[in-house]
Amino acid sequence: MDLILFLVFAGIAVVAAINVVVQRHPISSAVSLIAVMGSLAVLYLLLGAEFIAAAQVIVYAGAVMVLFVFVIMLLNAGGETKAGRSFVASLLGVPVLVALLVALLALLAFFSARLYPRDTEVHFGGFRGGTAQAVGRALFTTYLLPFEITSILILIAIVGAIVLARKELE
Amino acid sequence: MMGHVPLSWFLMLSAVLFSLGVAGFIFRRNIITMFMSIELILNAVNLTFITFAYQRHDVSGHLFAFFVMVVAAAEAAVGLAIILTVFKNRGTLNIDDLDSMKN
Repeated sequence: MDLILFLVFAGIAVVAAINVVVQRHPISSAVSLIAVMGSLAVLYLLLGAEFIAAAQVIVYAGAVMVLFVFVIMLLNAGGETKAGRSFVASLLGVPVLVALLVALLALLAFFSARLYPRDTEVHFGGFRGGTAQAVGRALFTTYLLPFEITSILILIAIVGAIVLARKELE
Repeated sequence: MMGHVPLSWFLMLSAVLFSLGVAGFIFRRNIITMFMSIELILNAVNLTFITFAYQRHDVSGHLFAFFVMVVAAAEAAVGLAIILTVFKNRGTLNIDDLDSMKN
């Protein structure tokens, strides 16, 4: 059951992520990105991260992507025109990407095999420490200082966004 | 055991999503699509944090993912405001045309 759930939603995530990259129109990429984030939320649930799964849907798939779609529609951005790419770039692009993927997989395999010699089996309910209660307790005790700094960061972001957006009105 | 998922598969999925994000950032010329690729990269990293939180039975990984999420939201707000300003001033979203710092 867990395996089927993982395969289905990992498949959706990979296909939608490929779609994000290959689509010409930004709106198509944005909708595909929402699909990636939704399926990642399911995988977070599978890993026992209830709070993060909910935050993923609300903050990412909800707020951030609405902001993206809003800006795309506000700018009336059309499809991407085909750029006159250099020959070297079109020749090297895909091999470099595959090399990066292989390097990442090798690094992950090397370090996880070193740290955790036995591959853990993931099953739903295997880790129950990701509830809102547990996350909230850690957030307001161990991670209180980063949390407070985050509030200042968001305040700066709000002021910065307003200043940048107001300049165009004048 | 049958029906259980090896933990490394989650890490592999994360690596694949990360690479696709990097590919989108490099291949696309539209500044908004490039920005969305960055979000894809951040999501891939979040999946790694959650996976290792499961492995270690430690909630700290969830907190890191939470902070990444918060920073990504703030970054999206500021970044999109910058994109708005650039579009109003230059009238284009194509990254190849935004080369005034080149000379």
